[in-house]
Amino acid sequence: MAELEALHARIHAACEGRPQLRLMEVCGSHTMAIFRAGLRAMIPPNLELLSGPGCPVCVTAQGYIDSAIALALRGVEICTYGDMLRVPGEDGSLALARARGAKVRVVYSARDALLLAKDHPESEFVFLAVGFETTTPGTALAIREAAQLGLRNLRFLIAHKLVIPAMCALLADGSARIDGFICPGHVSVIIGLEAYRPVVAHGAPCVVAGFEAASMLEAIALLCESVASNTRCLQSAYGKMISAHGNAMAKQVTDDVFEVSSCTWRALGKMEQSGLSLREQYHHFDAARHYGVDLDKDAEIQGCRCGEVIQGKVEPTQCPLFAKRCTPSSPIGPCMVSSEGTCAAWFKYADRRESREDRR
Amino acid sequence: MCLAVPGKVIAIHAHDDPLNRIGTVDFQGNQLEISLALVPAAEIGSWVLVHAGYALELVPEDELAEIWAWLETENEAAADLPKEPIHG
Repeated sequence: MAELEALHARIHAACEGRPQLRLMEVCGSHTMAIFRAGLRAMIPPNLELLSGPGCPVCVTAQGYIDSAIALALRGVEICTYGDMLRVPGEDGSLALARARGAKVRVVYSARDALLLAKDHPESEFVFLAVGFETTTPGTALAIREAAQLGLRNLRFLIAHKLVIPAMCALLADGSARIDGFICPGHVSVIIGLEAYRPVVAHGAPCVVAGFEAASMLEAIALLCESVASNTRCLQSAYGKMISAHGNAMAKQVTDDVFEVSSCTWRALGKMEQSGLSLREQYHHFDAARHYGVDLDKDAEIQGCRCGEVIQGKVEPTQCPLFAKRCTPSSPIGPCMVSSEGTCAAWFKYADRRESREDRR
Repeated sequence: MCLAVPGKVIAIHAHDDPLNRIGTVDFQGNQLEISLALVPAAEIGSWVLVHAGYALELVPEDELAEIWAWLETENEAAADLPKEPIHG
């Protein structure tokens, strides 16, 4: 406890007498962990914690969800991480498609989809390959193994995204001022600390945090001190888990299978160099190419402000649907669906949130 | 979604291609087959950080206490999570 109190004191000292300071946590797991630990109640009123575009489900464009549902209804067996199941598309969700008879399987791993396809050559499978740098190496390894096995009944609907371009885009956009980033723990295990140089060059200090209260508070303290002293720090508060250059093997297998390309994000739109697509030798595994579906379409859900929530422009309680028509049991926007979505966190921890309104 | 949890490697199934190396990893009694492709240095007894079926990195033993402390608090939300120990 003494450690937490010391960190708490450092944060208050760094923020004292300063104008409003705004830090963004990029990772959905951090959003949940910050609420769970009750950190929002511990920070000074002039420090604001924003949630960023770090939940892969929340940043997936509507066109992707609609394409996945359309493929399921066409008779393709969809393999997906559980998070995607209830995301509403234009016409229902994958869960609803399953209720209508489509084959939608929740898998734990990309490799599970590979094993299913291997064991059931009579069926066609598509794996929903979403996620950031933490998840991508697994997809790359599964594709590589599928190629070795010569599988022809498994394809991948690719929407893997890169964290750094999104962080830079938010800074360049400037409409939600961000003074520093609490950087994702497990993405950073893969990409390493040095990957954040471009973000720091844009003017925002970056500190990687673990998920325990002390680690998150230390990251917040380091960021506040960095802003107060007008330095741009780049460091880790996640112990020895984070190296300067990340996991070389993971980066290599990803690079062998994927190339950097433009990618459409929910609300942020199409951003250059912000996603991954399959290299030419693996094009036959590309579900979008094979089935001719358009993943770039993004449509807004009427009244839903998830797009602004993931950019830190509004808080969930500023959305007219929040906790009224949109709840975890009947979600309208993706940020309420995902267990790591910002709206789900605000709903679940209603007693621990300190909204902008509360702090005034 | 980028959740990753530590487990202990208790068996390794050799493969000609090191990128197809699979191990049995124990997560507090629940044992799963996990790809060890990204952690070539992992051996029996190593602790690895696992995400969606793939070990991402070795976990130094002195980091484990902090990770367990965090996972204890995760149990509060465990009712929201599927029965599998981790998912993508």
